Amino acid sequence: MSDVKKIATRDSYGNALVELGRAHSDVVVLDADLAAATKTGTFKKVFPERHFDCGIAECNMVAAAAGMAAMGLVPFASSFAMFAAGRAFEQVRNSIGYPHLNVKIGATHGGISVGEDGASHQCCEDFALMRSIPGMTVLCPSDDVEAKAAVKAAYELNGPVYLRFGRLAVPVFHDEATFEFQIGKGEVLTEGNDVAILANGLMVNEALMAAEALKNEGISARVINLCTIKPLDEELILTAAKECGKVITCEEHSVIGGLGEAVAGLLSEELPTPMRRIGVRDEFGHSGPAAALLKQFGLSAEHITAVAKEFVRG
Amino acid sequence: MTNEAKRQLAIAACQVRMGVVTATHGAKAGHPGGSLSAAEVFAYLYNREMRIDPKNPKWEDRDRFVLSKGHTAPGLYAALAYRGFFPVEDLPTLRHIDSYLQGHPNMNTAPGVDMSTGSLGQGVSCAAGMAKAAKYLGKDVNVYTLLGDGEIAEGEVWEAFLFAAHYKLDNLCVIIDLNGLQIDGATKDVMNTAPVDAKLEAFGFNVVSVDGHDFDALEGAFASFHGCQGKPTAILMHTTKGKGVSYMENQVGWHGKAPNDAEYKIAMDELNAAMAELEAAQ
Repeated sequence: MSDVKKIATRDSYGNALVELGRAHSDVVVLDADLAAATKTGTFKKVFPERHFDCGIAECNMVAAAAGMAAMGLVPFASSFAMFAAGRAFEQVRNSIGYPHLNVKIGATHGGISVGEDGASHQCCEDFALMRSIPGMTVLCPSDDVEAKAAVKAAYELNGPVYLRFGRLAVPVFHDEATFEFQIGKGEVLTEGNDVAILANGLMVNEALMAAEALKNEGISARVINLCTIKPLDEELILTAAKECGKVITCEEHSVIGGLGEAVAGLLSEELPTPMRRIGVRDEFGHSGPAAALLKQFGLSAEHITAVAKEFVRG
Repeated sequence: MTNEAKRQLAIAACQVRMGVVTATHGAKAGHPGGSLSAAEVFAYLYNREMRIDPKNPKWEDRDRFVLSKGHTAPGLYAALAYRGFFPVEDLPTLRHIDSYLQGHPNMNTAPGVDMSTGSLGQGVSCAAGMAKAAKYLGKDVNVYTLLGDGEIAEGEVWEAFLFAAHYKLDNLCVIIDLNGLQIDGATKDVMNTAPVDAKLEAFGFNVVSVDGHDFDALEGAFASFHGCQGKPTAILMHTTKGKGVSYMENQVGWHGKAPNDAEYKIAMDELNAAMAELEAAQ
């Protein structure tokens, strides 16, 4: 994999904001003293007059963004996922979600791969929080190409959008020349009928590697990238569940309230299908190198492969 | 201000009070106390201060008002109704199922409401964001927001104050209704927020303290807002909670309770008498 280009999706976010800013004068960016880390600093360098630092005050930042949207601007409000979705949850719910204002929340440093900062900064609850808000679109792109496309698609959609980006540099596996992105549409990456592996974020690449390993074991896996956690691509999931008969979800998030439960909720009502959920199991993270943490918490191709083998063969 | 202008504003404030009493009576719930203490400023804002067009409530270049103390929606709704944004007859549908007059203001259902509020502390942030956006867009738009003195215990309020001063939002007018009472008792006993003036001065505001029931004083305060450049203005209104309805005045119990039929009659008799006096004074 050494020749594969790796980019953190937070970098993609900063770069996409610059492109968006060039095309649309109504795009403004708010940050809470983390511009260097969230990469909105990239936007700030080009458009200093459109980047508003709010200081370490996420609740005010989020509600101020709502006020800006009410004036016709398209604000991207940024912080770490823990603070954007967690600390400012109620502002997102009441000042953005309830009036359905056109604010985009660009949350970086999602999940356990934050690494050395440890549990206080490793947000594994943001999908659960954000998807519980009526009318909120929730996206978690898997690589640089998809992340940039997701930022543009979020701008085009009139309504609140939560975007989760990662700190860790991850392989770029999409081809920018041919890639097409649509909010609410999943992407079938490999064909297979023994098991469907539904993933988002950095787990998509792990799922692809797992599918390769499973192929060597004689198991064909259908890997589906579900960047959009809400609204869920129900048709694609139901088809995959019907044709594969077994479903595994993979996410860098708690198994409580995230992609796994969203898929389980759909299947339990429409087409009960045996499932395995891979994610963080009701526990906090801790400090360590991102790669080691991902392995330790079972967020790896090896773990997906092992779960799938056991699941398919019984 | 001429005596006639003052009389007209007093009539408008009396109408707001009638609307508050009628709406909360119709709802059998709601918050009359803090709506009544702010009746004069509601009347002043919507009849003399703000650039608005009731026929075009979404007019882009209008001034904005954010009711940060969203529970006093009956006061805002009454001001909007009497100003022609929607029928006065609809006020008693407040809080009823399927009414557009939600318990707390909803910008998507009630004409003239510029921001959905209700969760204390958030409206002032929204207002600051609006003021910043107006500056970015080069619009000559003023943003007004009304807070309660209990509300300012919320930490977010002070985040918003920092933001407003940092970005020199001289198009933002923060009005704080210092009626001294909140749900659990006197503000000084529940969580003392005094001295508010010294705190806001330290936060970089142009601070004006006024009697919130005195139109001349309010006029002076808004003149100070218009004359101030480079910093946001805070108008600290000293008021009486429940003002204008004898048995509600300064009674903590009337923070969030509706008048029953007998109480409604007493209140309306008092307000009708006050109105008759104002009309006779012509």
